[in-house]
Amino acid sequence: MRNLFLFLWRYNFFISFLLLEVVCGFLIVRNNNFQHASFLNSTNYVASEVNSLVSSVTDYINLRTTNDALARQNAGLKSLIPDVYYIDSALTRIKSDTIFKQQYTFINSRVVNNSVNRRNNYLTLNKGSNQGIKPEMGVISGDGIVGIVKDVSEHYCSVISFLHKDSRVSARIKKNGYIGSMVWGGYDEKEASLRDIAKHVQVAKGDTIVSSSFSSIFPEGILIGIVSEVNPETGDNFQDIKVNLSTQFGTLTYVYIVTNLLKEEQKALEELQKNDR
Amino acid sequence: MIVKIIQILIRFIFLLAVQVLVLNHIQWSGYINPYVYVFFILMLPIEIPNWLLLLTAFFTGLVIDMFANTGGMHAAACVFTAFARPGVLRLIAPRDGYEPETNLSPQVMGVKWFITYVSILILLHHLVFFYVEVFRFSEFFVTFYKAILNSIITIILIVLGQYLFGRSLKRHERIVG
Repeated sequence: MRNLFLFLWRYNFFISFLLLEVVCGFLIVRNNNFQHASFLNSTNYVASEVNSLVSSVTDYINLRTTNDALARQNAGLKSLIPDVYYIDSALTRIKSDTIFKQQYTFINSRVVNNSVNRRNNYLTLNKGSNQGIKPEMGVISGDGIVGIVKDVSEHYCSVISFLHKDSRVSARIKKNGYIGSMVWGGYDEKEASLRDIAKHVQVAKGDTIVSSSFSSIFPEGILIGIVSEVNPETGDNFQDIKVNLSTQFGTLTYVYIVTNLLKEEQKALEELQKNDR
Repeated sequence: MIVKIIQILIRFIFLLAVQVLVLNHIQWSGYINPYVYVFFILMLPIEIPNWLLLLTAFFTGLVIDMFANTGGMHAAACVFTAFARPGVLRLIAPRDGYEPETNLSPQVMGVKWFITYVSILILLHHLVFFYVEVFRFSEFFVTFYKAILNSIITIILIVLGQYLFGRSLKRHERIVG
């Protein structure tokens, strides 16, 4: 026993180093976990206050582009309003005013903190649990998808940006309906790639990529980007498709948090299948 | 002693402010994100006990993690830097060793020594941080390039900063002492 203590004492520097690194590892793993609300994120009081202060200054710099984006979005919304509803066709013959039921609601929010230059980027928004925000809600901007809510505090929430190594968004080629998944390459804030599109599918430069109906997070048909490069000659069965993202991540100021009113229902149903497998 | 502690605290708050308010918000070319706050760990007094060095580094990292949403990655890199510090100091020690209560600044230790010291530890910190952040081998060389590029920028910022603010600190010391 005495030898053990002597050993511990002799290498105390190395052992305390290992101990602290293990704590760090634990924190990193916990932070990657979706469900955990950890204290170690920018939704805590001090960090979010400081970030608000910074963004209140930098917002002025982006005012012009923000105005442009809002104007563009308003024009788009006027023609898009029915897309927010889904058609409940089973009820068509009973009562005509129950055809349209609302599936998605949108809460507008301001970006308090944002980054595009890391491998894993996060945003902080100024809406929190007081406004009904919950983890795993989708976040979109007027131009396209932005990310998924991760942690929530009373007045703020942090969002995993699409520019993150773990983000995958189910996407659809608008003209022919083929489904793939979008991932970010990690180098350029404007460029992502579309995976899992088989070789026989016809894709051309300039095709529109929108969100698919598979995800319970984003509404169907939200713009993601435009195909900028197609390379069918790859080693495997899938094409190499580069997509120009439509969202201007660098100048995001106002975004919308999406609430899917039918999400719980869809999840519960899919959970049954999982148990069966 | 108390003057020294206050000095360290001021340096901590200053570097934290620079990191959180300015450097974390550089959105330029997607590669540039220097982490100058590590300089705080490098400039801790030479006679600090090892356990305190590790703990200070750990909490410095945690504070940065809170602002940058990196959940423990900065803390891991900082603890590693602190662990390497005594070894590096021994490695590049001047012939007669360090005098007690030496100020680890270029004005005292010489520019060549200072740049060597800062470069080794900043490089270590950035390599650990960027590899922990990416955490996959498929982007090995891109990450390496990123770490080296950012290390160079951080080192340049630190050396410039030391020449901008180091002198005034010295004058302040003269008044106090």
